[in-house]
Amino acid sequence: FPGLADVSIPQDIPVEGEITVPVGSHSPDEDYSTLDEPVKDTIMRDLKAVGKKFVHVMYPRKSSALLRDWDLWGPLVLCVSLALMLQGGSADSKDDGGPQFAEVFVIIWFGAVVITLNSKLLGGTISFFQSLCVLGYCVLPLTVAMLVCRLVLLAGMGTISFIIRLIVVGAMFAWSTLASTAFLADSQPPNRKALVVYPIFLFYFVISWMILTFTPQ
Amino acid sequence: FAEFDDAANLLAANPDATTISIDEPVEIPKNQHSRLQEPGREEDDELLGTDDSDKTELLAGQKKSAPFWTFEYYQTFFDVDTYQVLDRIKGSVFPVPGKNFVRLYIRSNPDLYGPFWICATLVFTIAVSGNLSNFFIHLGKPTYHYVPEFRKVSIAATTIYAYAWLVPLALWGFLMWRNSKVMNIVSYSFLEIVCVYGYSLFIYIPTAILWIIPQKVVRWVLVVFSLCLSGSVLVMTFWPAVRDDNRRIAVATVATILLLHALLAVGCLAYFFDAPEVDIPAPIIPAHNGTTVITKSH
Repeated sequence: FPGLADVSIPQDIPVEGEITVPVGSHSPDEDYSTLDEPVKDTIMRDLKAVGKKFVHVMYPRKSSALLRDWDLWGPLVLCVSLALMLQGGSADSKDDGGPQFAEVFVIIWFGAVVITLNSKLLGGTISFFQSLCVLGYCVLPLTVAMLVCRLVLLAGMGTISFIIRLIVVGAMFAWSTLASTAFLADSQPPNRKALVVYPIFLFYFVISWMILTFTPQ
Repeated sequence: FAEFDDAANLLAANPDATTISIDEPVEIPKNQHSRLQEPGREEDDELLGTDDSDKTELLAGQKKSAPFWTFEYYQTFFDVDTYQVLDRIKGSVFPVPGKNFVRLYIRSNPDLYGPFWICATLVFTIAVSGNLSNFFIHLGKPTYHYVPEFRKVSIAATTIYAYAWLVPLALWGFLMWRNSKVMNIVSYSFLEIVCVYGYSLFIYIPTAILWIIPQKVVRWVLVVFSLCLSGSVLVMTFWPAVRDDNRRIAVATVATILLLHALLAVGCLAYFFDAPEVDIPAPIIPAHNGTTVITKSH
């Protein structure tokens, strides 16, 4: 290194210091490290979070737990169970039957993504996955309605059964729409609330229609 | 603004005036001047108010400056409030004769919210209404088993979205080509054409719901009525854009627009809604074992 030939360090300037960093207490580390806990604890924690969100959907209050700690486990479970329960419908030909499993899946997830994009494009302040989480969790009343419809259809398929199904599906549709609107409406600009709520209404209406028109073989 | 200068000079001359009598004569001319000033200002405001399309066009030029790969670029297409969307829907259902839909309602702020969600609503309305109508028509038959006909939703979606996006694309390309040959006074951007087509489809939503009524006459009256309304919106929008052109080309363009619109309505009616049964009392044919067979004709 030719340039460094002129640089000389005087002998009397002490150069000293410490190389080792003092080891702090382990307690902050132990709080966040979940690697060592039993698997049961990990699973139970996630299940409790999902269960708490289900309760929040059934009794919508102004709590931000649904928005803050979003997860997509609940929507996945609801979507899969709804799509499974919509199978087994009657069809004269393959083409005229009810929605297939993939169709239900695509409608729910693609519909939720489109609604989220719509609300973000209109100036909403909610994040993408938070909105997906809320829309997915609010399918819970409609899944309950599907369960009730299948049970009623076991009893019979006459007019009374249809009226019961109509009332149950209608009530759950209103519950879903109101629950999701309660969670999502605050993050929208005030003069565009109706523009954001209408696609949510359409989304749950389509799902309700699929549930109501389900006819078993 | 000479009067203002005089008043200011008067005020400047007496800044420390303590007696009210000196202040008042100063104030009264000021009030008179301000009253004289206001009518002039109102006139200026009126001129600006009726001509704010110029202002909005200037603003529109500055609006879409974000590059197309950012999210903000697409947000400019959703810059509408609830009342604006409702106004545009109202303008497409009640066309004002002589007023252009684009100039009156869109005013250089085309949005994609209306076209997209009106098309989505129309897709599901047609599928649901068709299913309901078929259910009611075939209700009494013993061999009928209800099916949800879910396949038709995807067919309806393909048709309507293709119509709402490809036809404006073709029309825009055609108008650009003619614009290069004949200088037209009125020209539309691609998004404005998509907007007009999207909002003009709104009338088909209540029409599709009313098509559940299983009477042929009612259905065809509805077709003609909705075609007149939405067709007139399209004609009044696009006639000024082609009227400077060769007469035959202008008429052919408007005729094609109307023909495609009618084809969409009639096609949807024919495919999604089964023909209602016509109750003609057919001749009773006595069979060998004494039972009578009554035939119904479609």
